[in-house]
Amino acid sequence: MAGNHLAKTAFLSKFIFRLDRLRIPIWVLSLTFFTIIVPVALEGLYSSEQERDGMAQTMANPAMTAMTGPADLSNYTIGVMTAHQMLLMTAVVTGLMSILLVTRHTRADEEEGRLEMLRSLTVGRLSYLNASLLVVSAACIGLALINGFGLYALGIESMDLEGSLLYGAALGATGLFFAGVTAVFAQASDSSRGTIGYSISFLLLSYLFRAITDISNESLSWLSPLAWVTKAEVYDSNNWRPIILMAAAAMVLFAAANYLNAIRDLDRGFLPSRPGKKYASRFLQSPIGLALRLQRTGIISWAIGMFVLGASYGSVLGDLESFFADNDAMKKLLKPTEGLTLVEQFIPMLMIVISLLATVPPVMAMNKLRGEEKKERVVHLLSRAVSRSRLLGSYFVISVLNGLLMISLAALGLWSAGDAVVEGGLSFGMIFEAALSYYPAMLVMISLAVFLTGFLPRFTGFIWLYVLYSFVVLYLGGLFQFSDWVGSLSPFGHVPQTPIEEFSVFPLLLLCLIAGGLAIAGLIGFNRREIE
Amino acid sequence: MSLLKVTGLTKKFGKFTALNGVNLEVNAGEVLGFIGPNGAGKSTTIRVLLGILKATDGEVKLFDMDAWQDAVDIHKRVAYVPGDVNLWPNLTGGEVIDLFIKLNGTGNKSKREELIAKFDLDPSKKCRTYSKGNRQKVALIAAFSSDADLFILDEPTSGLDPLMEKVFQECVLEVKRQGKSVLLSSHILSEVEKLCDRVSIIRQGRIIESGTLSELRHLTRTQMLVDTKRPITDLHDLNGVHAIEGSEHGVAFQVDTAEMDAVIRHISPFGITRLECAPPTLEDLFMRHYEGEKDTGGVR
Repeated sequence: MAGNHLAKTAFLSKFIFRLDRLRIPIWVLSLTFFTIIVPVALEGLYSSEQERDGMAQTMANPAMTAMTGPADLSNYTIGVMTAHQMLLMTAVVTGLMSILLVTRHTRADEEEGRLEMLRSLTVGRLSYLNASLLVVSAACIGLALINGFGLYALGIESMDLEGSLLYGAALGATGLFFAGVTAVFAQASDSSRGTIGYSISFLLLSYLFRAITDISNESLSWLSPLAWVTKAEVYDSNNWRPIILMAAAAMVLFAAANYLNAIRDLDRGFLPSRPGKKYASRFLQSPIGLALRLQRTGIISWAIGMFVLGASYGSVLGDLESFFADNDAMKKLLKPTEGLTLVEQFIPMLMIVISLLATVPPVMAMNKLRGEEKKERVVHLLSRAVSRSRLLGSYFVISVLNGLLMISLAALGLWSAGDAVVEGGLSFGMIFEAALSYYPAMLVMISLAVFLTGFLPRFTGFIWLYVLYSFVVLYLGGLFQFSDWVGSLSPFGHVPQTPIEEFSVFPLLLLCLIAGGLAIAGLIGFNRREIE
Repeated sequence: MSLLKVTGLTKKFGKFTALNGVNLEVNAGEVLGFIGPNGAGKSTTIRVLLGILKATDGEVKLFDMDAWQDAVDIHKRVAYVPGDVNLWPNLTGGEVIDLFIKLNGTGNKSKREELIAKFDLDPSKKCRTYSKGNRQKVALIAAFSSDADLFILDEPTSGLDPLMEKVFQECVLEVKRQGKSVLLSSHILSEVEKLCDRVSIIRQGRIIESGTLSELRHLTRTQMLVDTKRPITDLHDLNGVHAIEGSEHGVAFQVDTAEMDAVIRHISPFGITRLECAPPTLEDLFMRHYEGEKDTGGVR
């Protein structure tokens, strides 16, 4: 009987691997790449023990423990440092990989009716679930081995073979575990969105629970599977038990998913899907309300993300002095200025990164209009009593406010965390002035997106190249020693870098004028052109 | 009075001519069937009517206003149902209907409830879960709940089952009774025959036939089955007789409606024992235009 339920599993595994023959290698290789480059970079940055101890001091605060988990800071070798700063984050991303891959070949295929077609063939009831779990498991094991041997191959003194293999195994086991979690949620929920939503919530809750308990009660943090990753103490005591526990838990989850799959009907889930609203709220009944509603989840996630980003930058400001004192490579990034503290000199560089990242969500919000057009959904609005100006205007207003919200939240996060850790506190006004100086440059980017939407709708994606250009030129400009004109090609290159530079209104006004001109031109173009 | 008047509409996409001198007219209280094979230019015409595409040449007037310039004012009086209804996956059907009614400017709550019941739609479900037919229902309910004067419907029933098609037909007839106008694009000919006062047929971007159904029937053939006491002779030599086939029940053939009299006179001396006639359908008309295309060897 069991054989019948699993008929053609091997064949389906090959089929799924064929479907994902690019997707899986890209995941595995990029995860490996980011794992391998870190110890190399760290070794360059912290070659002496003195520098490493400086780093250890920087990490010795609750905010960092909450972010990266605990570590033995008294023995802060390159290996321990790598594991401490990278392993947990990489494990979270590996979990995400498993969630997306498993959902894709369980509930998503079922929802789209592809599983129904397969099940009508000589394929067992449990074959497809197990085939997808097999493929993802193979990906996780591959990831574990490539990372393990790859790290060892770097030949860094503090990174021995056992530790390296454990590092890889920790990643692989996390992948297996979240594959199991997703497989269970794929049975419970009746949509792929639900499956991804529940699984990612579980991942984030595990992370949050670990963050809180790592500070308050470390033994309680055993309840979070993500804490098991840090408890392996890779490159330190090399504790395999938590990783074995993780793999065993994954197998239990696989079995549970199989059981649940066996007792349910196709297209059904165990969690009831809530019926939606029968009527639209008053809020929804306008183009701007609709646009906001469609972007709601994205805006909230980005808002939280920007705040956390600001806060995590803020939390390292306290130890900046000791961090920079012994570090030559980092000194190159900063031009020393008389009469300013290191923190104040550091702020403009942070603000470039923060403002460019804060530019991403509003530009996405603007490009969403073009996305709606491509999906043939703007026709519903334009064939009714909605003018093109009103439609474009709705997206523009949302995008402009979105940008303001994002940069403000990042600044607020930076200030509130920084104020707590920097001796003597941080000036709220100084941070906000530095942050908001970049807002006109963000407006230029948003308006450029409007312009492309109006005149070159096929090329709206090109705005991202410009954002990337700005990032490379301005953030890394100090290292590469570009000429000034290279930076001045980006609107972000014209922002006065307060508090290092004197604040001046003129370039900001000019940026606002350019933004306004681009937006108006885009509006005219959008009114003149044809809708696809 | 004509609510919609299209004169010499030409639309080019680069070098490709999608519409070539299209003329259309919809009068108050009239249902115009707009039929043609896939890719003939039905949807392109409708998109020009809605001011989403800009005419390359020609005049497009709705309510005596220009389709491109005065789009918003025109749309206050128009309800549109696209052939392919793409909705937002995370909104419910009920939410989308309310949004559409609101954006139309005018609408009727009790009508909305009545239509949801008639079309048997669950408005609390997310659009993601709707089939093609259900998405069309959402668009149809929103359209027929509005107080529009002109309904532009682009193949609105391609995903509906026969029961729902009937509901749809009732809706069209009801708005017609209220003196409103409908432009119904379709390739389902039985539907057009039931609902439309006049028909315009488009092929390869040109209107090839236009007129009332009875006018167009002159162009069609009647299918006949005749059995006679003595075998009919010289049937081949008659004008307007096509596709002759002998069978054990008699002779089956098609007759051009215009030649009917001469053919009946010819066959009646042979002693008719059985005579069956199938009325001309739009389908025949349609097929004849396809045949025409084959005959000319695809020369355009």
